[in-house]
Amino acid sequence: MAGTDPISQFKIYDLFSFGTIGGDADGNGGFELVFTNSSLLMLITVSVISFYLILSTRGRGLVPSRLQLVSEMSYEFIANMVRSTAGNEGMKFFPFVFSLFSFILISNMIGLFPYILTISSHIIITVALALLVMTIVIVYGVMKNGFGFLKMFVPSGIPLPVLFIVVPIEVLSFPSRPLSLSLRLFGNMLAGAIVVKVFSGFMVMLIPLGALGILGAILPLGMTIALTGLEFLVGALQAFVFTILTCVYLNDAINPGH
Amino acid sequence: MEAEAAKYIGAGIATIGMGGAGVGVGIIFGNYLSGALRNPAAAASQFTNLIFGFAVTEALGIFSLLVALLLLFVL
Repeated sequence: MAGTDPISQFKIYDLFSFGTIGGDADGNGGFELVFTNSSLLMLITVSVISFYLILSTRGRGLVPSRLQLVSEMSYEFIANMVRSTAGNEGMKFFPFVFSLFSFILISNMIGLFPYILTISSHIIITVALALLVMTIVIVYGVMKNGFGFLKMFVPSGIPLPVLFIVVPIEVLSFPSRPLSLSLRLFGNMLAGAIVVKVFSGFMVMLIPLGALGILGAILPLGMTIALTGLEFLVGALQAFVFTILTCVYLNDAINPGH
Repeated sequence: MEAEAAKYIGAGIATIGMGGAGVGVGIIFGNYLSGALRNPAAAASQFTNLIFGFAVTEALGIFSLLVALLLLFVL
C-alpha cells in the first residue's frame, strides 16, 4: 500500500551534502549540512517571488502593464492591511510582512502541484516563521517601550478586581501565540495534503476492480479536483491569516496596553 | 486491549474536539453574515475582525487534529 500511504508524501530526502560540521575524526557527532528537497522548494519559492517582482516592475510604466498591476495590487493589499491593523508606524515592518505573506502564499501554491511537497506542512518551517515573528515583536516592543511593554498584559479600562483574573489569562495567552500561529499553518496544510492524498488513494484502490471500479473511480476523481480547489482557498487564506496575525502582534509591540 | 487499538480509539476521540471548532467557526461566519445583511455598508470594514476570529477559533480545532495525528503517526 505504498502508493496510497498518505504520510509518505511528506518525506524529506537529501539532494546533496555540504559536509559535516564539528564532530571528531571518525565522523561521529557534529551535524551534517544537507540540501534537501525542502530547501530546494524554498529556494524555488524565493526565486519565483523575486523574479516575478523584479520582472513585473522593471518597466515602471505610469500606466501599469498587467504583470505590474498584480505586483502593485499585492503591494497595496498588504500595505492597507498593515496600516489598518498596526497603524502608520507599523509600515516600517512592511517589507517583513510582505515577504512573509508572499513566501507562505507562493510556497502553498507550489505545494499544490502533484508530487511536490508543501513546505509549510513541516512544523519546523512554520515554527521558524512564528518564532521569527515573536522575536521581532518582543525585541522591538522592549526596545521601543522598555518596561512599558508589560502594559500589554494589562488591558486598559478594566476595574481592578477583574484585573486579577484578566492579567494571568493575558500572560498565559502570550506564549500560546507562537504555538497557535505555527500549528495553524502547519495543521491546515498537513490536513489538506493528507485529505487530497486519501481521496486519490481511493482511485488507486478502485481501478484494479475492473470496469466497474474505473467507473466508480470517477467519484473520488471529482472529489480530488474539488478538494484541490478548496486547498487553493485554504492556502491563500492561511497566508492571509498568518500575515494579519503578524500585524496584530506587531501592533501590540508598537502600542502596548490596548 | 492492545496498545495499538487504544491508540486508534484515542485518535478517533481526539477528532471529536474539531466539532467544537466547527460550531465556533459556524457561529462566527453566521453572525458576520447576519450583521452584514443588516448593515452592508459596515461589512467590509469588519472583514479583518472576521478573519481574526476565524483564525483564533480554528486554531483550537487544529490542536485536536494535531493530537490525533500525533497518536496515529508519531507516538
